Amino acid sequence: MSRRHFLRAAGGLAAGAALPAAAQSNRILPVQDIAPLIARITGGRPVEKRDVTVELPSLAENGNSVPLRIRVASPMSATDLVTDLHVFAERNPRPFVAAYHFGPVVARAQVDTRIRLAVEQRVLVIAALTGGRFLSGETHVVVTSAACIDEGI
Amino acid sequence: MALARLQVSPSVRAGEAVEVRLLVQHPMETGFRRESDGRAVPMNVVNSLVCRLGAVEVLRAEFGSGVSANPYLSFWIVPPASGELVVEWVDDAGVKGRVAATIAVT
Amino acid sequence: MLFLAAFACAAVAQEPKRPSPLKPGPEFQSPDVRALQADDFANPGMLWVARGGELWRAPGANGKRCADCHGADAASMKGVAARHPRHDPSLGRLTDLAGRIEACRSRHQGSPDLARESPEALALEAFVAHQSRGLPVAVSTDGPAREAYERGRSLYVARVGQLNLACTHCHDERWGRTLLAEPISQGHPTGWPAYRLEWQSLGSLHRRLRACFFGVRARQPAAGSEELLALELYLADRARGLAVEAPGVRR
Repeated sequence: MSRRHFLRAAGGLAAGAALPAAAQSNRILPVQDIAPLIARITGGRPVEKRDVTVELPSLAENGNSVPLRIRVASPMSATDLVTDLHVFAERNPRPFVAAYHFGPVVARAQVDTRIRLAVEQRVLVIAALTGGRFLSGETHVVVTSAACIDEGI
Repeated sequence: MALARLQVSPSVRAGEAVEVRLLVQHPMETGFRRESDGRAVPMNVVNSLVCRLGAVEVLRAEFGSGVSANPYLSFWIVPPASGELVVEWVDDAGVKGRVAATIAVT
Repeated sequence: MLFLAAFACAAVAQEPKRPSPLKPGPEFQSPDVRALQADDFANPGMLWVARGGELWRAPGANGKRCADCHGADAASMKGVAARHPRHDPSLGRLTDLAGRIEACRSRHQGSPDLARESPEALALEAFVAHQSRGLPVAVSTDGPAREAYERGRSLYVARVGQLNLACTHCHDERWGRTLLAEPISQGHPTGWPAYRLEWQSLGSLHRRLRACFFGVRARQPAAGSEELLALELYLADRARGLAVEAPGVRR
């Protein structure tokens, strides 16, 4: 098989496979306004952009399952602790991903999970602390399109 | 057939932090998917989950469709006393699930 | 004489160049996917293995359990997945692990057939295959299996679909290169049934092979068909010596 022939055929495979993904990303591309969702959490109080680490692979092979680790630098003492974490993905069709509420038994301000990301985007985490304080952190993730997709068969 | 796995060290020294890991079998249907015959599959996700140790609430969570199918969750606790760690959840169809593990604090 | 020489040449071209060194599927996955497969707790395929263990110990239609004959811990199943697909003398044909489990269920438990790809069938197959994890693939391609093996090889090198590609063009000649962002694997069947992120579920090798046929815009053979069984045997022979990984995780 000649190189040219292979490239033409494989190019067809890739282009054909990319079509549905591209059509899908157009449908969900607009960044949604998550300000009202954040305001509902903070009640309009200020959010400081620090101490929240949002660990995600910089490049995700498949948006259906992307590993996420959230860590907040906090002593988790009785008087200074993280009470809630809120996760948003503003280019998902529904930007709310998950919220976690910690009881006093929780030892670390850390959660590991796996999330869906429709397209390349920013993942934002808001942490609520005792005393009505709020911190945030964010990470940008590239989600690659699959070459070998198939219908759900 | 709500199947789930819960992992935590069965024996913990007092004051020591341990990881709690949870895996729940659930499709986490987004509502955007269609069957091959064109029928839309309605949204159905595990929308809320609570973890308790004895009578103490450890962690509560709400999930949207942005949580992956077969949700995985890990967090860290310092168990104050021995007891049964119970995780309970409910999905949009009202189906409930439960999984438990015993922790002994020594 | 010239004709014979040309014929011999064509016959030689039929034997595809096999990949060397052999690299298992995870080597073509991202570090995250590899880590997920290696984590026996977080690997979602283990949910199906756990479910399969429940079914293993549950009574069939006539009250008999898999565990009654084969033991509750299924230790007797060690190595079985590594030897499949194989020619089963009692069935008189080539069968894969899923087909062998079905035959056992209907013969000894009087249970109605599980549809291929049903959650129960996948769970039982994953449970049995998991017992062979780490063991090298050791299929037999001789004797009564020879014909199917040769048919599988013909299918492997046959151009199919609108893209006019054969398996060998990607998985022997171009493994390690990329298609869009994805590395092309050597096409070994050692991780199946596997949890595929694209499917968000566990699925069988035959489902994956059908997806490949779809990818090159070819007619898709049915799951469990003689064609896919023959192709599976050829793939297993190519992977001889690689360890069974089931349940694998793939992108």
